[in-house]
Amino acid sequence: MKLELQGMTKRFGSVVANDDISIVFEPGKIHSLLGENGAGKSTLMNLLYGLYQPDEGRILLDGEEVSFSGPSDAMAAGIGMVHQHFMLVPVFSVAENVVLGNEPTNLLGVLDLATARQRVKEISARFGFNIDPDALIEDLPVGMQQRVEIVKALARDAQVLILDEPTAVLTPQETDELMEIMRQLAGEGTSIVFITHKLREVKAVADVVTVIRGGKVIDSVSPETDVAKLASLMVGRDVDLTVSKAEAKPGAPVLQIRNLVVVDDRQQRVVDGVSLDVHAGEVLCIAGVEGNGQTALAETLLGLRSVQGGTITLSGQDITHSRVKDVLEAGVGYVPEDRKKDGLVGDFTIEENFMLDGSYSKPYVNGLSIDFESRHEHSQDLIEQFDVRTPSSTTLAKKLSGGNQQKVVVARELSRNLKLFVAAQPTRGVDVGSIEFIHESIIKTRDAGIPVLIISTELDEVYGLADRIAVMYRGKVVGIVPPTISREDMGQMMAGIIPAAVAA
Amino acid sequence: MTVMKEILSTGPTKAFLSILMGFFVGALFMIVSSEDVGEAWQAGGLMDAAQAALMTVAEGYGALFRGSIFNARADDLVTAMRPLTETLRLAGPLIAAGLGISLGFRVGLFNIGGNGQMVFGILWATWISTRVEMPIILHMVVAVIVAILGAALWGALVGFLKARTGAHEVILTIMLNYVAISLFTWFIRSPDLLQAEQAGGTPKAEAPALTAQLPQLFPGSYSLHLGFVLAILATFAYWWLMERSTIGYRFRMVGHNPHAARTAGISVERTYIWAMGTSAAFVGVAGANQALGTQVGYTETIHANIGFDGITVALLGGGNALGILFAGLLFGAFKAGGPQMQVIGVSHEVLDIVQGAIVLFIAAPPLVRAIFRLPAMSSTPTLDRLRARLGRKDTAS
Repeated sequence: MKLELQGMTKRFGSVVANDDISIVFEPGKIHSLLGENGAGKSTLMNLLYGLYQPDEGRILLDGEEVSFSGPSDAMAAGIGMVHQHFMLVPVFSVAENVVLGNEPTNLLGVLDLATARQRVKEISARFGFNIDPDALIEDLPVGMQQRVEIVKALARDAQVLILDEPTAVLTPQETDELMEIMRQLAGEGTSIVFITHKLREVKAVADVVTVIRGGKVIDSVSPETDVAKLASLMVGRDVDLTVSKAEAKPGAPVLQIRNLVVVDDRQQRVVDGVSLDVHAGEVLCIAGVEGNGQTALAETLLGLRSVQGGTITLSGQDITHSRVKDVLEAGVGYVPEDRKKDGLVGDFTIEENFMLDGSYSKPYVNGLSIDFESRHEHSQDLIEQFDVRTPSSTTLAKKLSGGNQQKVVVARELSRNLKLFVAAQPTRGVDVGSIEFIHESIIKTRDAGIPVLIISTELDEVYGLADRIAVMYRGKVVGIVPPTISREDMGQMMAGIIPAAVAA
Repeated sequence: MTVMKEILSTGPTKAFLSILMGFFVGALFMIVSSEDVGEAWQAGGLMDAAQAALMTVAEGYGALFRGSIFNARADDLVTAMRPLTETLRLAGPLIAAGLGISLGFRVGLFNIGGNGQMVFGILWATWISTRVEMPIILHMVVAVIVAILGAALWGALVGFLKARTGAHEVILTIMLNYVAISLFTWFIRSPDLLQAEQAGGTPKAEAPALTAQLPQLFPGSYSLHLGFVLAILATFAYWWLMERSTIGYRFRMVGHNPHAARTAGISVERTYIWAMGTSAAFVGVAGANQALGTQVGYTETIHANIGFDGITVALLGGGNALGILFAGLLFGAFKAGGPQMQVIGVSHEVLDIVQGAIVLFIAAPPLVRAIFRLPAMSSTPTLDRLRARLGRKDTAS
């Protein structure tokens, strides 16, 4: 089904969220809407889905004008939407969720679960989804839950499928699987609208790219357009995706890890005899496919996991078995992988989040009470210094965009008196503008003579930041290589193979 | 725990509306249960019945007012003012317990062991107040401190067991209620321990020694005692602790997001122990009110179920000190005014209904969502649409 938007305009008071937007979505195509957070993508999709009413403009389906007063109208017309935050009932089964709102019933009006199950099985089999219709949603991993959302849309014969930032919650593997599903759906003639701000994904999967900025369509381009061009279209200025940095001047080793062994709850050796040195004034990146022990290594450094064997020393001080508090006080700055879960308290204000690991000492504390004045001043400084875009320092952290949340975490950790800076996935789920800023901050830290340990599954990031790269596979360090290594060799190492060029 | 968080974020407007609705529901019950209204209906039809209904409600709540705030029918001003002092006296322990329970909520702990904690504190306070001789003032101060520390210890035990074994605090507190209350009963049944001399075979403690009693604040017929001042002090302490101090900040951090707290170097387990102890310490202030604010002997029912009433106070109070103070005063007024309602023939259970309805209006929406684990109202499409129709800017994204 061909979907056309003509001159769509939506105002909220004096704010124009969508300004005369016209786009054509062709059947069988993956059409990516690219734009930063707040560019107006979600508003546009809510107009399309009948959640908002446009102030101006028309929606045409196969050339005929339609208007939706609610999602049920949109669904009936063949438009399905997978929201960023899933609209599933966690205590219901997959089948129950799929038919919710559109339940098949028998003659007595009793819910016909057998039909529901059958429907899930059919769709699941057609696309190789591998979903158990009787599984409870809350037991499923996030990637699976998303598939349930897709099945839900397909069960209602969606011809146009809107995916709103679908990869924000997914791991890289799940993302790849999702892209495969998108291609398959497009192959069967479904129009896919793929909303995102991640350039890599756009390049990987889209047929057409429409860039939206400030509520306007900036341009429609082919996905072959190079990344820098796409980024500058999206951000509205030239973006430096390559991290500019001078040659590292490494000093003495500050962090020394020797034969570290960490065992998880299931008695698996998640970190298996790792030895690493991180020198003052260098960035050491740990690369590897997710789940090869990098996260466990970072958590162990901080004292969140107990060490089975080996030692960790920081400037000669043994911190192998130290508690988290002592490690932090010893001067380790730590940006956790999952900032919403481990790095921030969403219901705290920005100011309160700045003092998260500083609640025992100045500048936030005076004796037993919080020094509100000093905290406010300090927070203002950090907000300015780290370019956190927020209405005020007392805004709740959960109200900020991903990029600004991450800036709060990075600002907090870098503002402490550091001997070592550790960051896991520092730019995951962060918009392009913020990525640039965070990378600059990391390099500044390095240039100040502080050793930096970065854990990242994004190869671009690894190549951009690293002075040396340690590749991890199944809990072991496969090798430590310079960032000049070819991507092919890197790929091999990430699969546990030591290529000839490196071995030599 | 998000349910508690949501319930506790009750704003003043919502609390006020809930109270209003609660009174409305109570009024309905008064009308339905009133014989006058039924008779008027049969005799004169709808208009008469409506008039009788209005009269019934006005009289009922009028009696509540007379019993709890100001008795305009009294002969002199001193007597007329007495209901207000009674409200304050009865509100004291409710406020203190409400603060304790609320503190637990804000750390993500559901402390329903208030009764047990009070009684465990009272046990040792009774020992001090009936078996130990001390000079005036000092005796009372020591007895109060012991009541608080005893309760805190019983609460901290819950935190310790939770931290050590991972057992849920709801189960632990319920079970420890039985233990504490049975222990106290045994103490006041044993002549060698705390039983009153004249009690015979029944379990009863002696009245606290005069030196240990909380002194009356006003001379004459008022029985308002120092316990209310303690409750006010506790309110200040709660406010400072939770809003101004770093300890409270860490408590709240653990309550909101224990993962982030752990990553920030805070021992979540230790925080649970301290928080349960502190929560119970506030409940202990209620215990001191009960056991030292009396001039007669008492049995194990001295807790007067205030540990549970404190939950109601905490829910209505919305987590902040001032809210809890007002909630405690309101429910204190209910306690004080109940008998007056009975005098004019309205069953005082109506007040329990009002109280229950208020909490229901505050707690029901989040609870229903929690049972089905549905997303908060702020993010449902329907609500988005509603907001969009109303033209609110804050949904623009």
